[in-house]
Amino acid sequence: MEIFATALPALNDAFAMILQPHVIGYLVLGVVMGLCIGVFPGLGGIAGLSLLLPFMFGMEPVTGLALMIGMVAVVPTSDTFASVLMGIPGSSASQATVLDGFPMAKKGLAARALSAAFASSLFGGLVGAAFLTVFILAARPIVLLFQTPELLMITIFGLSMVGILAGRVALKGLVAACLGILLGTIGEGASSGALRMSTYDLPYLADGLKLVIVGLGIFAIPEIIALLRRDKAISDRAPLGGGWIEGVKDWWANKWLSMRCSLIGVVVGVIPGLGGSVVDWIAYGHTVQTAKDKSGFGSGDVRGVIGPESSNNAKEGGGLVPTLLFGIPGSGSMAIFISAVALLGTGSIEVGPSMLKNNLDFTYAIVWLLAIANVVGTLLCIAASGGIAKLTEIRFALLAPFLFMIIAFAAFQSRQEIWDLVALFGIGLLGILMRRFDWSRPAFLIGFVLSAPAERYTNQAYQIGASRFRRGFEEGIEYVFSPIVIVLIIITLLSVVIGLRQAKNIQAEGTVAAGNKRAPMIFLLAVTIYITLTYWNASIIPDFARMDRVFPVFVATVGLIGCVLLLVQMMRANETAPIFADREAEDASENMFGLWPTLAWFAGLLVATALVGFILALTGFLFLFIRMRAGKSWSFAAAYTAAGIAFICAMAWTLNRDFPPGLLQDVADLPWPLT
Amino acid sequence: MLRKTMGALALSTALVGMQAAADGHGIDLSGKTVEWIIPFSETGGSAKWANFYAPLLSEELPGNPTVVVTFNPGAGSTKGANAFQDMTYEDGTTIFGSSGSTQFPYLLSDPRVRYEYSDWNVVLASGTGGVAYLPTDLAGRLGDGGNASGIAGEDFIYGSQGATRLDLVPLLAWEMLGLQVEPVFGIEGRGDGRLMFERGEANIDYQTSSSYLSGVTPLVDAGTAVPWFSFGALDTDGNIVRDPTFPDMPTFKEVCEATDGCETSGEQWDAWKAFFIAGFPAQKMVFLPAGAPDDAIATFTDAFAAIQERDDFAEISAARLGVYPQLTGDAAQTALTSATDVPEVAKDFVINWLSDRYGVVLQ
Repeated sequence: MEIFATALPALNDAFAMILQPHVIGYLVLGVVMGLCIGVFPGLGGIAGLSLLLPFMFGMEPVTGLALMIGMVAVVPTSDTFASVLMGIPGSSASQATVLDGFPMAKKGLAARALSAAFASSLFGGLVGAAFLTVFILAARPIVLLFQTPELLMITIFGLSMVGILAGRVALKGLVAACLGILLGTIGEGASSGALRMSTYDLPYLADGLKLVIVGLGIFAIPEIIALLRRDKAISDRAPLGGGWIEGVKDWWANKWLSMRCSLIGVVVGVIPGLGGSVVDWIAYGHTVQTAKDKSGFGSGDVRGVIGPESSNNAKEGGGLVPTLLFGIPGSGSMAIFISAVALLGTGSIEVGPSMLKNNLDFTYAIVWLLAIANVVGTLLCIAASGGIAKLTEIRFALLAPFLFMIIAFAAFQSRQEIWDLVALFGIGLLGILMRRFDWSRPAFLIGFVLSAPAERYTNQAYQIGASRFRRGFEEGIEYVFSPIVIVLIIITLLSVVIGLRQAKNIQAEGTVAAGNKRAPMIFLLAVTIYITLTYWNASIIPDFARMDRVFPVFVATVGLIGCVLLLVQMMRANETAPIFADREAEDASENMFGLWPTLAWFAGLLVATALVGFILALTGFLFLFIRMRAGKSWSFAAAYTAAGIAFICAMAWTLNRDFPPGLLQDVADLPWPLT
Repeated sequence: MLRKTMGALALSTALVGMQAAADGHGIDLSGKTVEWIIPFSETGGSAKWANFYAPLLSEELPGNPTVVVTFNPGAGSTKGANAFQDMTYEDGTTIFGSSGSTQFPYLLSDPRVRYEYSDWNVVLASGTGGVAYLPTDLAGRLGDGGNASGIAGEDFIYGSQGATRLDLVPLLAWEMLGLQVEPVFGIEGRGDGRLMFERGEANIDYQTSSSYLSGVTPLVDAGTAVPWFSFGALDTDGNIVRDPTFPDMPTFKEVCEATDGCETSGEQWDAWKAFFIAGFPAQKMVFLPAGAPDDAIATFTDAFAAIQERDDFAEISAARLGVYPQLTGDAAQTALTSATDVPEVAKDFVINWLSDRYGVVLQ
């Protein structure tokens, strides 16, 4: 009752603040800007908010909030376009959407998949806001219950989703996940700063690989290359009519699934330290586990879109709790959000522990601005989806250079070095091979995403636990095995057992025929060699930095055992066994072009960029690609190139970014954008 | 002390201002874009600081250029600083914002450092302070004047970002007080350290002043945390005095004096003081690149001084920067010198201490 006595007047004030024409106007403006940025894969809230920052100073608080929240809220909605239409995870929030969304687009069901996704997003956003309105008042003590052992268990629970997404040969999925984790440990260890698989001579690696590059490399590059080799449109059949109404009906038929996944999204989002990058995988895992008929997952089951999309918008709401109540950002965009709030008005809103007491009305305004932004964003997206879905009917050779340009630009935002592009290309190559030999890319990505938290929380829980045990055995046990930890252990075990039992039915990336023995064997050997190298590299870390050694050594050991078992299986199995899956054999009849000639185009762009800088290299690439590969006329190629360059320059200029320079730029002083 | 510094500040800026006026030609930046490079990501404290100043700077610079903050993160800010070292002055459209995390590797001879502070031209130095605090039950066991003898046997856990960072200052301070503090490394920001304290996993913590005001004061009000000491502030003679933001809190120096076995003289103390000065009173600085002419330095110095003369500066800066001197002109130069000119003995002491205590070897 007491809660309502404080909450209701504040809610009332919040709505009085929000429901003013100019506030709604700014919100819509923010949503439109967010849509324009979020549609492009790899660019999200951080780029958008940085764009808004200069205008925040001294702005009236509620209008500034409306503008920023409009922008942040729409990103997990608009990034669905790239995930569904191109098979490219638009942001970390919609990685899992790719698994079923993209196959639907290939079947000509793009509009249906999109509208189901948007309906789910909208619903998730609203559930998130409603839940938060009540929960936020009681959230503080509950969030504080999640100590390091609990955070570690949630991370492990996230990793257990590998079980479901491991693919036909569970061991391959396991090794893929280990590989992802090991890639995530590259660079300075978080604990003692020991270097892993890197040197200070190459500072790029010492900082570790960034999610945006790994996500784009592992999913986007292989899809682009594969589609290019077929040389058709994305959708291989004529679109079915009335798509978007079907999608909304799909959502309605699965409304309880959507509700459950929304709640998963809010709850995981609320816990600080994990961020949202696993929410969609957990929701996908839940969707699969609770579905009766699992045969369609991975080849275009609409439920595989509804689950993750319901959760990722709800997560944005949940993520507000650590941001607003503790002043601890749940994500990069939330960190900028906090510093932007400090610039608003007279700086009277201080995000942090005092927020609930002093600014409950603003807290509610933020929660409900988020909800309204979701509604506006979804309506705009649904309105646009029919048109944008037509992209899937264009011949892909015309789309690919443009996409590649955007992806390269987005990857370059990570560190603004040419190495960003090298890393993108390298991870892309790994992604191509994993796709070819049917190694689970989702398992790899989950491993990568959870690598840092898994290591950090393991080390911290060990250290703090040891200190508690020194104080007394009982105190130690209470800390390590709290009731929440025990519940999480049970859930994780159930999920693993159920997952393993079902994994064979779920082919997250469709079926793949087996080819001959040699190629899959060589790839496995290469993976084994890399893991061995990691093991050796970690084991030479000296004793004083042992905290940085234990985790990679442990994971590499697990990975090596998996590799050895796979090798044994490969020697004993005959060529048609699923373990020898090779997509080259499966797709041989459809591929118009070879892998290496296609890849050479992009390698050429990379090399040219290193020589003459991105813009000059891109000009040559676009022109020659359209003329020679797509076979269009010289004048068409020229027009295409001009449009592409103008577009990317406009985007970089708006976001105030530069392009990768090459050797030429070292010698000659060129004007922007050639710098 | 604050008044004194402000007085010195006003005087020095007036002098520089007159100088520029006497020369009659500052640089004009109309229609240009000033790029303010921050060697950290968009999400850190330096970003917050630069984003606060950028629009104000744009208003005060002659010609009202656009001021944009760009980010060049990597290798704990040494990458961005190395890149800035390679730049030479062109037309005054590039400035650089350094932080304590840029200063410490420089002082500790980190192999990645290829920059030299004395090549650069400082135009602003922003200070801050820090406060150490304890859970209520442990604070109850402190003696008079914050005497640490009562908690000497306790097992302390502290969430730390790394022993070579700013955390070096509190870690060394606690060790001097005879505390057994085990740092849990790998947290991503001081906010996460505070969260660890709030969850009851860490039982000692420190925050910089602005984070203390926003994040810990509510805990103090709720009775779950008690401030112990501030690191203090510097007066014009270089003595450690009470922090003007927290005049009621004893400084570390006072607590050290009250605690048996803690000395406020000698090698250890000098080392602590040197690194405190490098890390806090001149934590964030703005530089023009090597080779900047006096005109340009005067133009930027005037602009930063003019920002502080705005009628609303006290009001808008209090929440975002804390009540600390924002030094320009000669005062900034002095701050830079005291922050980067650490005696060899102090450096060696800290380098040895890091390797003995934490096994950190900087080679």
